Amino acid sequence: MRRLLFQGLARPPLTEKIEADTDAELALMAAKLDRAAQKALGRSLSIREIDAGSCNGCELEIIALTNAFYDLERFGLKFVASPRHADVLLVTGPVTRNMREALERTYRSTPGPKWVVALGDCAIDGGIFSTSYAVTGSVASVLPVDLHIRGCPPRPSDILHGLLALIEPPKPPELTQP
Amino acid sequence: MTSLADTLARGHRIAGHAPWPRSIVDAETWQAAIARLGEWTLSGLWGDTAFVHMALLDEPNHQLAVVSLDCAAGTFPSVGAKHAPAIRLERAIHDLFGLVPDGAEDTRPWLDHGRWGLRHPLGARGEAPALPSYPFLDAEGESLHQIPVGPVHAGIIEPGHFRFTANGETVVRLEERLGYAHKGIESLMTGADLTRAAKLAGRTSGDSTVAFQLAFARAAEAALGIEAPPRAHWLRGLMAELERLANHLGDVGAICNDASFAMMQAHCAVLRERVLRAADSCFGHRLMRDVVVPGGVAADIDLLARESLRALVRTMRKQFAPLIELYDNTASLQDRTVGTGILKPPLARRFGAGGYVGRASGRAFDTRRDFTYPPYDRLTFEVPLLDEGDVDARIRIRIGEIEESLKLIEQIVAQLPDGAIRTEPPVRAGEGISLVEGFRGDVLIWLSLDENAHVLRCHLRDPSWFQWPLLEAAIEGNIVADFPLCNKSFNCSYSGHDL
Repeated sequence: MRRLLFQGLARPPLTEKIEADTDAELALMAAKLDRAAQKALGRSLSIREIDAGSCNGCELEIIALTNAFYDLERFGLKFVASPRHADVLLVTGPVTRNMREALERTYRSTPGPKWVVALGDCAIDGGIFSTSYAVTGSVASVLPVDLHIRGCPPRPSDILHGLLALIEPPKPPELTQP
Repeated sequence: MTSLADTLARGHRIAGHAPWPRSIVDAETWQAAIARLGEWTLSGLWGDTAFVHMALLDEPNHQLAVVSLDCAAGTFPSVGAKHAPAIRLERAIHDLFGLVPDGAEDTRPWLDHGRWGLRHPLGARGEAPALPSYPFLDAEGESLHQIPVGPVHAGIIEPGHFRFTANGETVVRLEERLGYAHKGIESLMTGADLTRAAKLAGRTSGDSTVAFQLAFARAAEAALGIEAPPRAHWLRGLMAELERLANHLGDVGAICNDASFAMMQAHCAVLRERVLRAADSCFGHRLMRDVVVPGGVAADIDLLARESLRALVRTMRKQFAPLIELYDNTASLQDRTVGTGILKPPLARRFGAGGYVGRASGRAFDTRRDFTYPPYDRLTFEVPLLDEGDVDARIRIRIGEIEESLKLIEQIVAQLPDGAIRTEPPVRAGEGISLVEGFRGDVLIWLSLDENAHVLRCHLRDPSWFQWPLLEAAIEGNIVADFPLCNKSFNCSYSGHDL
């Protein structure tokens, strides 16, 4: 163990600089976000992730954000275990009918001010599952959604850009390494 | 003793069901087949509008067969009444088709939570009656208390409900309630063309997107009587091994993290990310989604990509070895994993537990070897096997499989044949079945196509169906705090199971 720890000290960090985002759609949405969001949240964001019936692909890429390459905590973003500690609900999946009530109750348990991010193509419009009897079809049909992040699943860098839009002024995103 | 072939011969053999046979049998033969379960492995049980189908494995003889029973009257003799692994499958059949397993003890709904606004979505759809609240199984005794967990969990995981009954810290009974991620995939499959159906298959369980799309492609190719080009087979094998590698790396780290050993998680997550980036640069998608298609594959790799994969294997070997050493030398970590969550071998065998869950409990089964398919018939690899059945054994099987996957990737990259990567699938009717080794275990897909090559019925059976019930058995007598550790060491799929 000691050897691995010393190696960690000697080697340069794997953490990568996040380039300024060029996604026009995201920039537009971020601009629409109430400036109050950025004011209230400052540079800190507690995120509660809710899987509302995804295939688990989105979860894999959300988990990837915590690895050393993306290291989302350097931006003040962190995942919390309880909705009562959360500023943001990050929702994936087409919102299955079996999960709808659990999602609504989680939202109600989250103190205001709060924001909802719908992550992945399913969460935005039900994706490939949209016509099923078993899904409501989108997060927006159940909760007020503030931000959409597209992809099937979105890449970790896309998720990071989306989340940073909540705490950074949309243009230009001054992202520097700590 | 009758063989699987004899049982099939007693029924009406369906022509053109490939590559393994299917027969329509009478109730008597159905019962006779049920009586043999335990010796034969139940590999799948699924409904159809007027039929139930049962996939049976004769493992020692490497045979697979499907028996079908006409149940126009709406009932069929229960398999679960005699063979517990079938219980949840039957409850799902009832929820989806309205077919009643005659003689079943547990008649509670499973996937249907009374929220779809209709009942029996794949059978004769009807108005949904209000469902009574779900009765959990009883546990009686002094000083017992219940702990409800989920469907929203504390981590970044899928939805499901766990009802623990505990005596102090000790779990007396765990009962799972699943179905929260039910998206109606099998209903969406019906009527879909091959392209859409393959996409649906790839979104059944995101971590096994390659395995499911491979299984779907193989079932479709069997149904249409075609074979993918050799190079496509090898590229599929490459993707399947990259997927296995990425998942095992992620899980080894995550299991250790659930024992509060975060360092392992940090290092494994870096290795996992390297695999995903290699997959992305080779195939254009980090999880390699929608690359395996009926008829072949949709992306090819060049010499540069082959060189980068060789480099990846070298890096993995170099960086993973010290992590194994770290696991071996950390007594406080092994104190949590050794002897925890033991799954006894007879139970693993009875349930036909696939993947590392079965192989850590003495079930020597791997479809890549026992029901082999290209390119594995041309490759050399070992299937690690242990008998201990605890969390430690499941970690060690995964460590062994990581090393085997690296060997396989190396062989594939070295021997990749030249040629086309896809043949255009013809438009015709047919029936096919496939069994493919995903990282979690064997994925079974049964597919029936109409004359336009549109799906009449597609059943996707995730290995988790036979692993989830075993988690309930493995946790018994352990402390509540060890549940995350046990759960992660199984890492069953919620979405793959809920469909």
